[in-house]
Amino acid sequence: MTNTTDWKAKINPLVLGIQPSGIRRFFDLVAEMKGVISLGVGEPDFVTPWHIREACMYSLEKGYTMYTSNHGLLELREAIARNIAAACGVAYNPRHEILITVGVSEGLDLAVRTILCPGDEVLIPEPSYVSYAPVTIMAGAKPVFLKTSAENGFRINAAMVEKAITPKTKALILCNPNNPTGATLDRKHLLEIAEVVRAHDLIFISDEIYGRLTYVGEHTCVPSLPGMRDRTILLDGFSKAYAMTGWRVGYAAGAQDFIAAMTKIHQYTMLCAPVTAQAAALEALRNGESGMKKMVDQYNRRRRLVIKAFHEMGLPCGEPRGAFYAFPDIRSTGLSSEDFAQQLLQEEKVAVVPGNAFGEQGEGFVRCSYSASINDLTEAFKRMNSFVRRRARKGQVLTFSPGKSGIKKEDICQTM
Amino acid sequence: MLLKGGITVSGNRCKRKEILEIIENDARLNAEQIAAMLDMAEDEVVRIIKEMEEEKIIAGYFTVINWDKVGEEKGSAIIEVKITPQRDLGFDAVAMRICRFPEVKTVRLMSGAYDLVVYIEGQTMREVAAFVTQKLAPLEHVLSTATHFVLKTYKLQGTLVEEDGEEDRRLMITP
Repeated sequence: MTNTTDWKAKINPLVLGIQPSGIRRFFDLVAEMKGVISLGVGEPDFVTPWHIREACMYSLEKGYTMYTSNHGLLELREAIARNIAAACGVAYNPRHEILITVGVSEGLDLAVRTILCPGDEVLIPEPSYVSYAPVTIMAGAKPVFLKTSAENGFRINAAMVEKAITPKTKALILCNPNNPTGATLDRKHLLEIAEVVRAHDLIFISDEIYGRLTYVGEHTCVPSLPGMRDRTILLDGFSKAYAMTGWRVGYAAGAQDFIAAMTKIHQYTMLCAPVTAQAAALEALRNGESGMKKMVDQYNRRRRLVIKAFHEMGLPCGEPRGAFYAFPDIRSTGLSSEDFAQQLLQEEKVAVVPGNAFGEQGEGFVRCSYSASINDLTEAFKRMNSFVRRRARKGQVLTFSPGKSGIKKEDICQTM
Repeated sequence: MLLKGGITVSGNRCKRKEILEIIENDARLNAEQIAAMLDMAEDEVVRIIKEMEEEKIIAGYFTVINWDKVGEEKGSAIIEVKITPQRDLGFDAVAMRICRFPEVKTVRLMSGAYDLVVYIEGQTMREVAAFVTQKLAPLEHVLSTATHFVLKTYKLQGTLVEEDGEEDRRLMITP
């Protein structure tokens, strides 16, 4: 007897409707090739500093193999509270206002599920990190994109936020510095945005995972802005600054009501973050500051190298001021983001991520991570330069309208 | 105070430190790359490096080699040396005499139970032993030596030389 059950029909339509990440598709392509230099990696190229790994091993030797409280180790929460107070001047009660999560990803999911009701709208800049829209949709809410572009430096502003607000708008999600563009928002612009958020009684979900990786100006912590502490859910973690991506440990900080509600979901779905990762995170906060700053210095040097490389290549690239990504404009090559990434991979064995993986506003751009060694960066840019020059010789340029999903023949015109 | 090109003394010191931090880890980087990394002009990088070479702040450029893997026998040892300091010269004159032997790779004055630590390399263990007994120990003002032969090298100049070093294990593409 054949089984004719349509199992797909039994899957939640919300989940069915979500497209797999564009990055995943490209990953499969890259995985089949050898000798590839990858600038497509969204994590540090440094291994977690040894003292952190050693502290984790010591915690295992001492028998730390059990559950922790749902909130996470109190010692870690206290260290986080001290760290936030020192860095941003914002005080959180470690007992009630900080929750240790399994990375910022879990923190984001908890925050979204905690505050959103079906039908609510959430403002999300575009391009931005791939998770924001899917988690919003899975919570039954609707993402409303704030479309940024190279012309405005991929930065949202207060007017854009104001214009997108409807009676259904519940929250704004912002990642500052931004993945994939490396754009940062300074205090002045954040103050203006915060004013709109307050005026419309919205909640601000502030993903500050790249905050310590700010190279131009100073990072502004959203809850430190006047009147923003209690309406902001601050999400941060150890993955990027301390090179601890695989440990999966992050935290959420916010008003007691938010954290208590998030903890309810966390206790029934995750229970707690792994205790070994929490022990490692504690060591990172206690003794990891100087090592972390050295890594940041190295990213900054590579960042300058990357800016120069794109300039020489003739690809316009706004100055990335934070994170470890550059987002060059590849429209002059006449290729779409995906074609550029695919052809660059096939012809030169350099992997970058198509910009449209981060939303349609990313079309015409590619994300290049400079979380790679100087040798790899130098070689990758040499290869990319050859690729771009070959395309330039073909004499095609693209007149491109941001927002268009595909490239039409009539958009391509011949140069001299 | 201004130096050539309108650079302040403190600015120059800061740039020197940054250049040193970069080439300490990879001396193969050229001036163009260093200039890009530090947002400086290439000729300024060349000038600063030349200055530091002349001042012996940059004392040389070497390659970290794990000779164990070359397959050739190569003996090396660390020798603790006790010496008699000389009036007006202290330990320096004897230390410099030891330094001039080409087999001697590193000499340092130490606090504690002995005075100098001398790192030597020879083609064979026998050569190393011969150097200690025939050249180093008989030197005037050398009171005693204690030789420790190197059996295996795990880390050299801050670099792990074992095969199970920390490779890049990241996925090729991640969000």
